[in-house]
Amino acid sequence: MPKNVAITGNGAMAEAMRQINPDVVAAFPITPSTQVIEDFAKFVNDGKVDTELITVESEHSAMSACIGASAAGGRVMTATSSNGMALMWEMLYIAASMRQPVLMTLVNRAMSAPINIHCDHGDSMGARDAGWIQIYAENHQEAYDNMIMAPVIGENMDVRLPVMVCMDGFLISHSVETMQIEDDQQVSEFVGEKVPLNSLFDTDKPVSWGALDLQDYYIEHRRGQLEAMYKAKSVIEDVSKRFAEQFGRKYDLFESYRLEDAERVIVAINSVAGELKEVVDELREQGEKVGLLKIRVFRPFPYEDISKALEGCKIVTVMDRSTSMGAYGPLFGEISNALYNLEDRPLLYNRTYGLGGREMLLDDLKDVFQESKDYLNNGKVEKIFDFLKVRGA
Amino acid sequence: MPNLQEMAKKDSAFSSGHRMCAGCPVPIFTKMLTRVTDFDIVVGSATGCLEVASSIFPYSAWKVPWIHTAFENVSAMMSGVEALDKVNRKKNKSDKKIKCIATGGDGGTYDIGIQSLSAAMERGHDLLYICYDNGAYMNTGIQRSGATPLGAATTTSPVGSVIAGKQQQRKDLTRIMIAHHIPYVAQASIHNPIDLSNKIKKGIEIDGPAFINILCPCIPGWRIAPNMAVESARLGVDTCFWPLYEVEDQKFKINYTPKEKLPVTDWLFTQGRFRHLKDDKWSHLVEDFQTRVDEQWDWLLACQTKTE
Repeated sequence: MPKNVAITGNGAMAEAMRQINPDVVAAFPITPSTQVIEDFAKFVNDGKVDTELITVESEHSAMSACIGASAAGGRVMTATSSNGMALMWEMLYIAASMRQPVLMTLVNRAMSAPINIHCDHGDSMGARDAGWIQIYAENHQEAYDNMIMAPVIGENMDVRLPVMVCMDGFLISHSVETMQIEDDQQVSEFVGEKVPLNSLFDTDKPVSWGALDLQDYYIEHRRGQLEAMYKAKSVIEDVSKRFAEQFGRKYDLFESYRLEDAERVIVAINSVAGELKEVVDELREQGEKVGLLKIRVFRPFPYEDISKALEGCKIVTVMDRSTSMGAYGPLFGEISNALYNLEDRPLLYNRTYGLGGREMLLDDLKDVFQESKDYLNNGKVEKIFDFLKVRGA
Repeated sequence: MPNLQEMAKKDSAFSSGHRMCAGCPVPIFTKMLTRVTDFDIVVGSATGCLEVASSIFPYSAWKVPWIHTAFENVSAMMSGVEALDKVNRKKNKSDKKIKCIATGGDGGTYDIGIQSLSAAMERGHDLLYICYDNGAYMNTGIQRSGATPLGAATTTSPVGSVIAGKQQQRKDLTRIMIAHHIPYVAQASIHNPIDLSNKIKKGIEIDGPAFINILCPCIPGWRIAPNMAVESARLGVDTCFWPLYEVEDQKFKINYTPKEKLPVTDWLFTQGRFRHLKDDKWSHLVEDFQTRVDEQWDWLLACQTKTE
């Protein structure tokens, strides 16, 4: 039976893992994702899952063990954050390029230095070129739902790519919210069994994985990998549709919140979207034509769909919770790419916020909309790029 | 105990046509892997000579399932493979036990991979790790490693007028592995196929983690002739630079005692990488080398006596 529970984001991800019942989990603790694996270890030791839990000595080894188990045919999962994922860096690329559908809970946390344990998106944004499907979540329910969909997406035979399910550190991972945990049996049926492909355990048909690939083949293999990422888009749409039919919650590649006739739009990722919705509602009541576009799938990035969704609006503020030193924010870059080919382009600018957990209150977000109103009235953007709520700028 | 004649009749895990250097002795052990045991095996290799020379796409020299992902992680990667085998049998998806073997050179084992190796052994995976120790990072062009012996010339420890070769003694990885209290640790050499095949068989078939360190001369790295790999390894053992021994459940056994323990110079001066040590200017390095070898041999004899 589905049940409504009050649970932390991390607890919800552990529940998803319990229901998915993966073959192998390999992980190393790092704040704020540690609780995912602690809760899961309890499930293992209570016999609630069949999983082999490998308590590795580093995140690099966690991803390495995941790749080995996956290449042998298993469904594998891990969880990490920030520097932990940075230590996996090399293996993130290898997991993707070897087409291993490893599943990861990524609890977003700021990168060191200075060391900080709180939320921003510098970790996952830095990994955006690694070849992983990246799905983001506003809240507990979405994070859980995304994780239930993740194996079905990543293990699809047209895709076979690893999937990173991202949620905000502390804001979601450690806060308690009421959400629905679906029925064990229904989840189990929804995720099904992983179908092994060229397994290392097929000793009658021995395969070599990870060969040296030189000038004569490398580029074709990389191009093939990209094809899988293209196909992932429609697979994500199909799986989300199936999920809605089964569990009643509908997800698109991104969420359009009161966008229909919106003139001023904010584009953002993850938990800040919850607050933004409240601000949008309040401003709408005052007659302001504002809206929100919340990114859900960042890789593959749905350029055309987003450009259609933003067509007709007059000004777009892209809020990045990470910074690419010496460049505009990573989300801004994508939105800019998406909008460039529109005949009638909206004004567009970028605001960086929330690094290292700096909080954004409702009034702060109202200020962001106020600024876009001023820009629109003046008919031009004064500052394309700026930081919000920062001293000494 | 494997019989060499019987072994030779079985299929090898490693085909001819690989691209190891002429005279390279590494394939001596890779060819043994399937010949010493009836278990099905999966092999994982760290980045290194063996990996590169055996797997240039679209070819592979491996006739058993094989995987490579990176340099420092073969033990962790194979931990995942081994864990899946456990789960498959727990879930009754398979009733066939698969034996996992990891291979790495001294770079991937003593240095960049030691963390992953140590942890995999500590966790107790049923995994045999085979290190082919050729005493430097040979794949990238002969740079010094933690296994490079004192005084050896490499491209990052060249012979200069002020400093000649590597200035540090090598680390004793076999002893580090013994300190993990795993069921089986051995030192072997490619010149002795009977001893080597016994050890590989034991390492594969034993239940739990096992580690074998194999002395593997490198033709370009040691600056020896292509027909000298076996002889070089033999001298390494006869000088007691590389004693052949095994430690089973903390019980030491020396597998070979030279009739006459040769001076280390017999081994050093047959290799180009130590040629400069013939100069009296560097005689203190040769003395230090001999001292370390003697201490190590005495330690080993004492360990054997103590655990008899």
